[in-house]
Amino acid sequence: MTVTTPHTAYWEGVRDGLPFILVVAPFALLFGVVATEAGLNVWETLAFSVVVIAGAAQFTALQLMQENAPTVIVLASALAVNLRMAMYSASLTPHLGAAPLWQRALAAYMMVDQSYACSILAYERNRDWSPLQKMAFYFGAVTPVIPVWYAMTVAGALIGSSMPAGLALDFAVPITFIAMIAPALRTLAHKAAATASVVLALGFAFVPFNLGLIIAGIGGMMVGAQVELWMERRARA
Amino acid sequence: MTDPIIAKGTLWTVIILLGLGSFALRFAFLGLIGNRPMPDWIMRHLRYTAVAVLPGLVAPLVVWPNATDGVLDLPRLAAALTTLAVGYKTKNVLAAIFSGAGMLYLLLYLMG
Repeated sequence: MTVTTPHTAYWEGVRDGLPFILVVAPFALLFGVVATEAGLNVWETLAFSVVVIAGAAQFTALQLMQENAPTVIVLASALAVNLRMAMYSASLTPHLGAAPLWQRALAAYMMVDQSYACSILAYERNRDWSPLQKMAFYFGAVTPVIPVWYAMTVAGALIGSSMPAGLALDFAVPITFIAMIAPALRTLAHKAAATASVVLALGFAFVPFNLGLIIAGIGGMMVGAQVELWMERRARA
Repeated sequence: MTDPIIAKGTLWTVIILLGLGSFALRFAFLGLIGNRPMPDWIMRHLRYTAVAVLPGLVAPLVVWPNATDGVLDLPRLAAALTTLAVGYKTKNVLAAIFSGAGMLYLLLYLMG
């Protein structure tokens, strides 16, 4: 049996994280372009990506600010999109909870979908790993992703200011979001939640301050949870 | 995009508060709550946040696009449906984006 040191665990993480560059790079590039189109300069765009590091939430906030939604609604909607991070955090705690506070804080700052997914899979494969090895793997997995996130945001912002009009960039955000949601529609409950969200958002579009989106979000979550309960009851019966 | 002006004060407020809020969500359990389990009903709702919020955000943009002053537009609708179908079938985000963008540009070109 090979002995895994924190050093090798780190490099194993880097190797597992590398393919995600292909996902993160175009997404960051697109954010840079869209943010510039919305009137942000390069520094503002980079600050957005460095401070928040959450593509979907950043696009959400940007879109709602362009619609002149009240700041409270912008924040509530973007944070709702990021609520899944609380789930990731909960699910990583048994593995990383024993690490020093500064490491946990750093891990929290760099928590993205991809690093979470590949770390939790690695922990399930390597149940004998110590907390130190697990943390080393985690930092390895984010090493290729986070710098690319920053750099490609800047690249997008620099390209964005020289983008010709007529590229229909208004539709970059909807297409990106749909592409992210579609693979997530795994179960009947997910599909029901998404459908309820669409119906409620269109039905309540007349409500001021973009509150229709909040109604759609809460309604979609309730429908998802209820359908899940119903499916469980049916599976047991 | 129509008149994209975001006030600088609003922008920085959103960047800073969204950054703090996102960090709080990421740090909540890992840093503060520890190993105590969450109530089932909260986890059951949290599982659906992304699929409950993002479709609601996108639906009005697809049905009433800004670029056409809110008039339903065939290229944009077809692009959205293509993205959804390819993303659902392949589970591949990039393939879905490129298919949707391809459909959008093809129809915009054909319809002049």
